[in-house]
Amino acid sequence: MSDIALAVSGLGRAFGEMWAVRGLDLEVQRGEIFGLVGPDGAGKTTTMRMLTGILAASEGQATVAGFSIHDDAEAIKARISYMSQRFGLYGDLTVEENLRFYADLYEVPRRDREPLEEKLLGFSNLTPFRKRQARNLSGGMKQKLGLACALIHKPEILFLDEPTNGVDPVSRRDFWRILYAMLKKGVTIFVSTAYLDEAERCSRVGLMHRGRLIRCDTPQKLKEGLPGQLLELETGQPRDAREALAAQLGSSRVSLFGGMLHLYTEDAAEAEQIRAILQQAGIAVLAEKIITPTLEDVFIHWVTRDDAEAAA
Amino acid sequence: MKPRTFSWIRLWALVKKEFIHIVRDPRSLAMAFLMPLILLILFGYAITMDIKTLNLVVYDQDKSAASRHYVEGFPASSYFSVVATVENYADVRALLDQGRAHLALVIPPHFARDLEQGRSARVQVLADGSDANTATIALGYAEAITNRFSTTRLDSKVELAVDNRLRVWYNPELKSRWFIIPGLIAVIMTVITALLTSLTVSREWESGTMEQLIATPVQPIELFLGKMAPYFVIGVLDVLFSVAMGVWVFDVPLRGSFLFLLGVTAMFLVGGLSLGIMVSTIAKSQLVASQLAMVVTFLPAFLLSGFLYSIDNMPRFLQAVTHVVQARYFVEVLKNIFLKASPPAFVAGDLIFLGLFAVAVFAVALGKFRKKLA
Repeated sequence: MSDIALAVSGLGRAFGEMWAVRGLDLEVQRGEIFGLVGPDGAGKTTTMRMLTGILAASEGQATVAGFSIHDDAEAIKARISYMSQRFGLYGDLTVEENLRFYADLYEVPRRDREPLEEKLLGFSNLTPFRKRQARNLSGGMKQKLGLACALIHKPEILFLDEPTNGVDPVSRRDFWRILYAMLKKGVTIFVSTAYLDEAERCSRVGLMHRGRLIRCDTPQKLKEGLPGQLLELETGQPRDAREALAAQLGSSRVSLFGGMLHLYTEDAAEAEQIRAILQQAGIAVLAEKIITPTLEDVFIHWVTRDDAEAAA
Repeated sequence: MKPRTFSWIRLWALVKKEFIHIVRDPRSLAMAFLMPLILLILFGYAITMDIKTLNLVVYDQDKSAASRHYVEGFPASSYFSVVATVENYADVRALLDQGRAHLALVIPPHFARDLEQGRSARVQVLADGSDANTATIALGYAEAITNRFSTTRLDSKVELAVDNRLRVWYNPELKSRWFIIPGLIAVIMTVITALLTSLTVSREWESGTMEQLIATPVQPIELFLGKMAPYFVIGVLDVLFSVAMGVWVFDVPLRGSFLFLLGVTAMFLVGGLSLGIMVSTIAKSQLVASQLAMVVTFLPAFLLSGFLYSIDNMPRFLQAVTHVVQARYFVEVLKNIFLKASPPAFVAGDLIFLGLFAVAVFAVALGKFRKKLA
């Protein structure tokens, strides 16, 4: 078994004239948890569907678990699990019936089944609800059931398309606890998410925008790779300060986090300029420090820049 | 390699799941069982080709004993009832125009005198031809009654050259219900089976469960058989209910073998259910799928199956078209089982076509289905 779970090169998919995804190059190691982030319409779901063999690629190559998505889609399907963005389980089947249905589809041997079923139900806190029809579960419980169904055949790779979208924080924590447990067992996880705190937990993160993968690295390196420094300023009048700075430097470079102002600065001279602007506006700086950017800062920076380049 | 082989475990899982869907959805359950019964009752009573009573208007210009004797022959036959006796042509015309009379009988003034003098007497019979079928039958009856009147007037010494004794086989009283009900069962079941399965695949596309399903190792053939199995059971029950109604409610005799009936039903159901599956692989929304299923089954089954209109009387090109109408074969075989009870070998041609239809449609549906989105 090779160490590479996913190898993608030049992958693309067009819908009519529109390219939903284009020129995608990517490699994911076995045992990795890879996060795909990007705004709506960036091409995350299309990518996910091509890699799981349910959407034909228009160009490029990809091998998943060692099999080509073009020639061996069915071999891939037996080795992976895919949880689509929409809840794809049967609402009129109970928790237990859904789980058993998926166990049957993947031909999970009878003797392995019961302990695994108990474990997955226990893991996801669904044991008390095993006889409840899936449509009567809360959003968070539905997603955990989806995950349990996806894990019943011990897949090599788990594909999750925005699994925690609209899920309450407690269920989200449960959900990620299960993912980490799977990771420990050597399962590779490929997850798309709109939550950047979740992306932070991934071993590597790919940033998609307008159908392309514009950045891809570990969360740490992505933050370090942000040019310049991120300055955090505490002032008495944060809103006024923001307006004064935005008027001079452009609104995309100034953002408000709580009572704090976050600013990108290219160099020391620019930091000097900022102080001057605030002084002119009669706003006192109470505290000032250089901070590590969050993934959100990174995300906003590159997406804004990509948009600016596209407009130019 | 494991994923490319047919799996009974998967098939059984799909069958169970499909049964659960049906059992937990009272509406689909009601549709599956009540619809055929309601249709059978509605059409069974509405469609009749028997003519019970024909309304007759009489304009007797002779008013003799002979003419009265002649006219009495009409109500006596039980086919006619005299709704009016009039004294002029205008009234005759008015009654025919209003549709209150199907037939008018006009007897000229010298009717009795002509008969007595041994000349042939003439009468005029006017029929409302706007309903050609009824008019033809009415004229036939009128002619028969007139002939009988003539023979009673003949000299008893004269013998008829040919004594025509007609006998109708299989349906001696020529009750139209006897051949309509078996055909109707076939037509209704053709529509129901396609409708039932046409919804099941498109429903999964609509709800998003299909996206999840095609990402598993499930095989299209397992998926289709899994979808068809529960509806096959429902289809068999529907046919049994319909046949029972035919026998006990509509008094149609079931003369053939019950086992043969079951066998033919099974062959028919595989084809009909496959047709619904094929429709749902083309239409990915429930609305389009059900409409398409209605269009491809209802009209052909009703008009081109030989259920109401004899295929032999159709123009040649339409006759050719009827070969791909599945209902045609089921109608033929069902009528045969109900009324003639001839051995299966006598309808071998129909059975072969029924089988071919099932295999071909299932193969096309399988060929059309892709485990892909878009």
